[in-house]
Amino acid sequence: MPEQTVIEAVRETMQAEMRRDDSIILLGEDVGSRGGVFLASDGLIDEFGENRVIDTPLAESSICGVALGTAVNGMRPIAEIQFADFVWPAINQLVGEASKVRYGTGGAKTAPMTVRIPYGGGVRGGLYHSQSIEVLFAHTPGLSVVAPATPYDAKGLLASAIRSDDPVIVLEHKRTYRLVKGDVPTEEYTIPIGKAEIKRPGTDLTIFTYGLMLHYALQAAEMATAAEIDVEVLDLRTLRPLDEDAIAESASRTGKALIVQEDTPAVSISSEVAAIIGERCFFDLDGPITRLGPPEIPPMPFSPLQEAAFMPSPEKILAAITKLAEI
Amino acid sequence: MVFNVELPHVGESVTEAVIGKWLKAPGDQIEKYDPLVEVITDKVNMDVPSPASGTITKIIAQEGETVLMGAVIAEMETADGEVSAAETSEPAASEASPSLSAGRIGTLVQGANVGPTGGEFVDTSLTSTKSTASTANLGDSVGSSSRQRGFSPVVTRLAAQHSVELSSLVGTGLGGRVTKKDVLAAVEAGGAGLVSASDQDVSGSEQVIDPTPIRRMIANHMVKSVMEIPHAWSAVEVDVTGMVAWRKANRSGFETRHGVRLTYLPITLAVVASSLKANPRLNSTWLDGKIVLKKAINVGVAVAAEEGLVVPVIHFAADSSIVELAGELDGVVMRARSGSMTLEDVQGGTFTLNNTGALGSIWGGAIINHPQAAILTTEAIVKRPVVVSDGETDSVVVRSMMNICLSFDHRIVDGAEASEFLQSVKSGLEAINLDSELE
Repeated sequence: MPEQTVIEAVRETMQAEMRRDDSIILLGEDVGSRGGVFLASDGLIDEFGENRVIDTPLAESSICGVALGTAVNGMRPIAEIQFADFVWPAINQLVGEASKVRYGTGGAKTAPMTVRIPYGGGVRGGLYHSQSIEVLFAHTPGLSVVAPATPYDAKGLLASAIRSDDPVIVLEHKRTYRLVKGDVPTEEYTIPIGKAEIKRPGTDLTIFTYGLMLHYALQAAEMATAAEIDVEVLDLRTLRPLDEDAIAESASRTGKALIVQEDTPAVSISSEVAAIIGERCFFDLDGPITRLGPPEIPPMPFSPLQEAAFMPSPEKILAAITKLAEI
Repeated sequence: MVFNVELPHVGESVTEAVIGKWLKAPGDQIEKYDPLVEVITDKVNMDVPSPASGTITKIIAQEGETVLMGAVIAEMETADGEVSAAETSEPAASEASPSLSAGRIGTLVQGANVGPTGGEFVDTSLTSTKSTASTANLGDSVGSSSRQRGFSPVVTRLAAQHSVELSSLVGTGLGGRVTKKDVLAAVEAGGAGLVSASDQDVSGSEQVIDPTPIRRMIANHMVKSVMEIPHAWSAVEVDVTGMVAWRKANRSGFETRHGVRLTYLPITLAVVASSLKANPRLNSTWLDGKIVLKKAINVGVAVAAEEGLVVPVIHFAADSSIVELAGELDGVVMRARSGSMTLEDVQGGTFTLNNTGALGSIWGGAIINHPQAAILTTEAIVKRPVVVSDGETDSVVVRSMMNICLSFDHRIVDGAEASEFLQSVKSGLEAINLDSELE
């Protein structure tokens, strides 16, 4: 089985899907001749031509609006937002319009569009290249939001997103692009949207997380074995709809829940996971539902020292594990 | 291949069982359907047959341990082709996880260029020294001084479920908190943690007995009933002079004709069953805020067996004659006393009849057999001077009298309906006389 990075898995999945289905087009800033700022679409314009791999102006509202228009009219566009930090002008097209197509037309029309958004920090990107934007989309009924963190999941979830008849936001943590290498089968496969996965089974407590934090959580879990703490790590993978059954099952079994995220915690994915556990697992809990995230300040700082202080790290997660395990 | 042996679901309302005795040890060969382990439920003892042929490799649930239905209790090695039930069913997320290879999750590339294409930022944080930053703000709630010293929800629930005296446990959590693990360890230890330390007499003038699994189940069942069901009581006197006379006159003939002993039990059982038919509310159960009337009238009969109280059930009692009831009772009581009841014998009860009079009792306030609506005791038949009226004159005569005492779930019925039922039983029994044709 070939080993790939996340970015390689993304590229090959788009390539394979575009070969499979002529109605798939790609559009975004620099996705054509430049191959994408992260090289996610490197070489695709050579194979599929500029009618299917379209360089757009620096206008996110237009990228998503065109994607929506083509989707409603029978195509399957993949829109790339260069950095999550730039998605805000497109909010009305996604939250205001795309999410409502199926409902608004009584099911007569759907919007089978995929929006790939590199997000997240820890890359010395500072205020405008580090943002976590998931919660706004995850709050919106009518949108699905996936956040694969491994090359294997990136391929399976991106394929599911492209094949979905409704809009799917695919959040790719830019730090994982070249950081994480893993096995990716060459044959096609999909991973169902809405299914979490236990990446590491354990008995003493469960970490619920996604994105880059998955890898930090796995490192922290490994470090915790020194203190004989057996940590389970559940990768949410899909942020909307959350896999409530998997979350409740794991929390009930271990009795202790630690939710780790890179996004600021107030009114966030961790709030929702905590609510699910509170509602469904009360009589199985043996400790307070605990959240770990960055401080509630507007941006991720640019200074390396401050960025490190802002970001959760394996060491910080280990400290939270130890506290919760000892309680 | 490895085959997980699960504790099978054995019937309604049975959610857990105690492992009695393993009939095979690791290394033993076993054929499919051969008895593998004895388990004790609150209703019946049974041998669990082996689900496959193979070699036992590991005993997971130890003798005396309480396990949930469906839990894995042992592992065995089977020949290829035998498929574990767990493998054929759709894997839950947790079951799929152990097989996740490191490759599926991925490994981290040290020194990878993780910036955008032009970025020269080289990641060094993976080898970072110990972080000087404090644990992020929200994690601190765990260690806050406002932590109460109470018991967590799961600890409270497990303690109630397993009758663990929490105050006797030594907690291993922060500040001596009793954790879920501590409770489970006490349950596992079987008994040690279940007896309150303060109750133990150091001088040796008291003896502490570990209850048998059956005793513990009876205890749990009684506590559950008293905790959940608001009991109310009512009783009436029944003049059974006619029934006594009838039995005396028909006893030897009955036994010759039918080969079954004639006791008062089948007679009262028949009357009770028909009274239940007329008062269906007494034959019901309170379930999630609703009253569920049971169409079948299945009367459990309390039997004092050597191990403890058991309640075999006479199914469709209202449809059987006294002769049939006598036969069924004879068989089931014998099986109860010899400990050879089948699951069928104890399932489906909708009402319980307890002949406490056999022990000489004349009065009782029985605990309802949860989740039924009521339990009736028939007390000892005693000769007493009774005032009878023939319209104008009162006279004192000697009559055979019996008290019947009803405990009922006051959520389901009130005193009026309970009395109606008691009066129905009373008049049914008092109607019996020498001329009655009961056979």
